[in-house]
Amino acid sequence: MNPAFSVIFFTTASGAGYGLLALLGLLAPAGLLPDSVAFGLVGIALALALVTTGLLASTVHLGHPERAWRAFSQWRTSWLSREGVAAVLTYIPALLFAFAWSTGGATGGTTAAFGVASAVMAVATVYCTGMIYASLKPIRQWHSPLVTRNYLLFAAFSGAVCLTALAALFGWPGEAPGGLAILLALSGLFAKLRYWRFIDGAAPGSTIESATGLGGLGKVRMLESPNTQDNYLLKEMGFRIGRKHAARLRRIALVAGFVVPALLLLLALPIGGGAGALLAVAAAVLALLGLIAERWLFFAEATHTVTLYYGRAA
Amino acid sequence: MTSLPQPAKGATKLGLVIDLDTCVGCHACAVNCKEWNASGHSAPMTDQDPYGSKPDGVWFNRVHSYEAGTGTQSRTVNFPRSCLHCETPACVTVCPTGASYKRAEDGIVLVNADACIGCKLCSWACPYGAREYDSDAGVMKKCTLCIDRIYNQTLPEHERTPACVSTCPASARHFGDLGDPDSAVSRLVAERGGFDLMPEMGYAPTNKYLPPRPRTELSPPPLPRPAETGAEGVAGRLLAWVDRALSR
Repeated sequence: MNPAFSVIFFTTASGAGYGLLALLGLLAPAGLLPDSVAFGLVGIALALALVTTGLLASTVHLGHPERAWRAFSQWRTSWLSREGVAAVLTYIPALLFAFAWSTGGATGGTTAAFGVASAVMAVATVYCTGMIYASLKPIRQWHSPLVTRNYLLFAAFSGAVCLTALAALFGWPGEAPGGLAILLALSGLFAKLRYWRFIDGAAPGSTIESATGLGGLGKVRMLESPNTQDNYLLKEMGFRIGRKHAARLRRIALVAGFVVPALLLLLALPIGGGAGALLAVAAAVLALLGLIAERWLFFAEATHTVTLYYGRAA
Repeated sequence: MTSLPQPAKGATKLGLVIDLDTCVGCHACAVNCKEWNASGHSAPMTDQDPYGSKPDGVWFNRVHSYEAGTGTQSRTVNFPRSCLHCETPACVTVCPTGASYKRAEDGIVLVNADACIGCKLCSWACPYGAREYDSDAGVMKKCTLCIDRIYNQTLPEHERTPACVSTCPASARHFGDLGDPDSAVSRLVAERGGFDLMPEMGYAPTNKYLPPRPRTELSPPPLPRPAETGAEGVAGRLLAWVDRALSR
């Protein structure tokens, strides 16, 4: 599948934003975050900024961005529509959460209620994002429960590293978000390895024989393509990545996205202070860059059954 | 609405039956489709760089050629590919705006270009590559089953068929109601063992493909040798001598 940068940027940025929002909503009422109005407001603002830039970026790849409002109408059947609805609805508890925090403190009852509501909506939105991909049968690398699980896990992980960096910048030791980020980095690492084992190992469900229905005559191969140059189908769905590049990008995604951020946080937590904050910020930046590589691969390594008609593997 | 109409028993299901035995791969269906639809329901069908080195454009119908089987048993099969107007088309249900819809009255899958935001998700959801994005108009386009021909009262009745069907010189394309078991197309499917493409996807295509007929032997059995004709006497000996002489 063609890795459109606007979609990659959108899912990475909004994933981190929703992860950050959910963790703020759950950890603040539990008293695991600084009970400071400034921290709460900056945290929620950062989360919503990441979400909003992501959502705006996602409209860049539309043919008619001015009609984007129509996408809120078909939530009965469409995961993309559900994602849009959930994304917009999340702003309501998130803004009320910010208001409650600034008036009633981080651990107040109303803060807790809106914090948990924000977390629930954030999880729902990311789940919808994952389901957009996981519901597509023609793309076997996406049609799996692993996809939704990973979207949720990576959103939580990137939110946790952002939260740790933010807490460190506010001079807070940040053991709770930091420890959580390290745990999530490890789970993310293993989840991604498991996903790659799945896409490398699974036998394709459809073949050129089932696509053409000519399997009864024997092996089928394409003699002539309908077109001499790549058409929309091949440009959009027939993206190909060299195996060597894929292997290298997988290593980059794992090392930059999960391993190095976890190591930096392991260093940052005991050091604390300015140096610790610097390491935590570096961990967050690296994690986001690593996740962009991961997301790029998620698209680039996905194959579509239409390419079977063009004599390619899917 | 992107909710699918409830499939009623005996409901009209307009579609195509494509005969892979008689298709000669001339691309006339694809060309006539482009010709009609360039000014039809989903017009225009734009092209980019049509006379340059990398021509590209929207087509609702594309003709592939395959080799099926190996060695002396292999054969060439020409294979037109277009929208199958599936009974459970995910291209419709994934649409976030309701621009994609399946008509309850005849099962035709269409796009309302005025409501399409051009997110391309429907083209990802189609296993068959039936939908093509028009980057000029910023909307998705697809086969309309020539909805502006088949119901067109201004055309003579015999012309009220999809452009691809009306132009096919080999009569390899048939149009009709596949929801009616007694229609000509349904009988053709039953007689010839018509099949679905990628049935494992579960989209339940309306269009059917007819398999190539079993091949007849290419080389006729060898002629009996005169020596083996059983002719006797002088004539038989003479023929046997001629045979030997010529076989030398």
